[in-house]
Amino acid sequence: MVDISYYILLSAVLFTIGAVGVLVRRNPLIIFMSVELMLNAANLAFVSFASMHGSLDGQIFVFFVMTVAAAEVAVGLALIVQIFKSRHSINVDEMNSLKG
Amino acid sequence: MSQYINPSDLTTILPAIVLTVWACALLVADLFIPHERKGWTAVLAALGLVVSLDITLIQAGGTSTGFKGMVTLDGFSTFLNALLLVSGLFGVALAYGYVRRMGLERGEYYTLLLFSVVGMMLMVQASDLIVVFIALELLSIPLYVLAALNVRQIESEEAGLKYFLLGSFSTGFLVYGIALIFGATGSTSYSGIVTAASAGTSSLLLTIGAALLLVGFGFKVAAVPFHMWTPDVYQGAPTSVTAFMSSGAKIAGFAALLRVFALAFPTLTADLTPILAALAALTMIGGNLIAVSQTNIKRLLAYSSIAHAGYILMAFVPYGNPQVMPVSVAAGLFYLVAYAVTNFGAWGVVIALEKQGGKGLEISDYAGLFWKNRPLALAMTVFMLSLIGFPPTIGMVGKFYLFRAVIDGGFVWLAIVGVVTSLISAYYYLRVVVNMFMQEGEPQTGSEFWVNFTWGLTALMTIIISFVPQPLFAWASSAVLRLF
Amino acid sequence: MLIEYIAIAVLLVLSTAVALIAVGLGTIFGPQKKSEAKSMPYESGMSPYGEGTRRMPVRFYLIAVLFILFDIEVVFFLPWAVVFRQLTWFGLAEMVIFITILLVGYFYAWKKGALEWE
Repeated sequence: MVDISYYILLSAVLFTIGAVGVLVRRNPLIIFMSVELMLNAANLAFVSFASMHGSLDGQIFVFFVMTVAAAEVAVGLALIVQIFKSRHSINVDEMNSLKG
Repeated sequence: MSQYINPSDLTTILPAIVLTVWACALLVADLFIPHERKGWTAVLAALGLVVSLDITLIQAGGTSTGFKGMVTLDGFSTFLNALLLVSGLFGVALAYGYVRRMGLERGEYYTLLLFSVVGMMLMVQASDLIVVFIALELLSIPLYVLAALNVRQIESEEAGLKYFLLGSFSTGFLVYGIALIFGATGSTSYSGIVTAASAGTSSLLLTIGAALLLVGFGFKVAAVPFHMWTPDVYQGAPTSVTAFMSSGAKIAGFAALLRVFALAFPTLTADLTPILAALAALTMIGGNLIAVSQTNIKRLLAYSSIAHAGYILMAFVPYGNPQVMPVSVAAGLFYLVAYAVTNFGAWGVVIALEKQGGKGLEISDYAGLFWKNRPLALAMTVFMLSLIGFPPTIGMVGKFYLFRAVIDGGFVWLAIVGVVTSLISAYYYLRVVVNMFMQEGEPQTGSEFWVNFTWGLTALMTIIISFVPQPLFAWASSAVLRLF
Repeated sequence: MLIEYIAIAVLLVLSTAVALIAVGLGTIFGPQKKSEAKSMPYESGMSPYGEGTRRMPVRFYLIAVLFILFDIEVVFFLPWAVVFRQLTWFGLAEMVIFITILLVGYFYAWKKGALEWE
């Protein structure tokens, strides 16, 4: 049995990688993958805490996070495809028609 | 019935259930409504909101919990659900003519709006972090789509994508915060968290979790420093969508924030109160200062919305003080109503002046409005005065209650920040008014019945409630009393 | 503790070693005659054309998204199926409601023509 703190450490590392990825990457697809990494880091934390507490609540929460993430993927990809169709580029640095 | 469910579970969230079923039925019914008669979809959506509002008001006074303590029905939820449903109705009224004029009339608009309202209502009623998370996503995902609805305009797509990316980023923080809280306490229900926290288990993990939760909510209610998305999204999204989300999402976000902090983290007041105070002060200062240099009315109102998030946050700062807490939260609720009413009115005026292709949105386009359309200019003046907090408007009464509660809570410096930033805000709000009265111009105004109805009604409410605020404040106070 | 994972570590080391030895022996002892035909991507004689990463028609995207949306619901079916007998009629009613909501979405996608290829 691996000590619970290793899992938590791993999930914290994954979460940080995801958060930094969102901030430094410029491609919306990669940014979105980083967001997914953050959500999955939380999932890992949930299941390990659930096994630590012997409570199923954490496992159930993971189901909901996964379902919601899928719904987000559908909406996000639709937006990205739409933007790519209209301007043939999805670099967020070029999205500057709104400022002030 | 059975060990898994009983009728009181269902009645606890009956308005939300009715609205969900209605929205699903509307999604299907809309497929059979021909394109030139999409107005019927709007009427049906409004009807659903009215039915749900009726049920909410019939249930007023009752208290119950459902689904093993996951959702709560109390005075607090009745008050805010009624406000959210009325916001939804205003949202439909503003959209009715606007979407047709801008060429974005689709039945999905109203279905998405209904789903978003359901999410907001569940967020108000949630007493378990799982429900908070699902409700938050249910309110956000339709708003991402609505913000990007105007696919022919690049700004709208961009607004949708920005809102989506930053919204899901904040969801990441929220979920990780919930995970840490679950780890620290072994529970996701508010009562379970309090029980475990009072027993004094791993409070560092709990504090970090609560801080991450605050970051997630900070994004949703647009508090500085998590506000970057707000001006771009509010400007790019179709104006009727902006009007709805600037009020609705804020109300739901603050409601959940309040319930979580007051009911789940009373043990963390020493750590969280300074953070909340700093957040409120930063938001008031940041929002008002950046607003000064804006020339686009949508961006101006976006920064104004950020600034008002700061004022409302102020109400939550003394949440750990049981003497001040009820009055302070009641003041916060009153201010939410004041903000929602004024905000819908101001956006209604913006919609009345907006032209195809994003024209008519500069403050200079308002020049000479008074000489062209007096009622509209007078209504806009009322809304601007109310946003400043100048008598005789509901905004003044709201700020009065708010500052008094904060001073009673011992945060005099915060009240001073509030007053000073309100004075700063007078500069940019009055610039709009000066433009309307003193400048020469040829503004063209639309005349759609439901838009006129919205700004007319909200202007009247803004003034009338300022003379008789007591019934509303009493309702807000009684709503809060049952909370604890 | 971590000691239980030693078998995986051994497996990793062994498999890496086997792969390295197999490739390494070939490179060291095998005959090496370089020619132009041999350095082409497809030695079989097919000459490559176009770019390696080809764009897919956007229609695949719509199908993929619909697949994800309806596929992810399975995570709720599985635990339901496990405890179905204890839930009795209540479980059945819940699942009927759940599937009805899914069917509303399916019907919407169908009527909107999202399932048509052309």
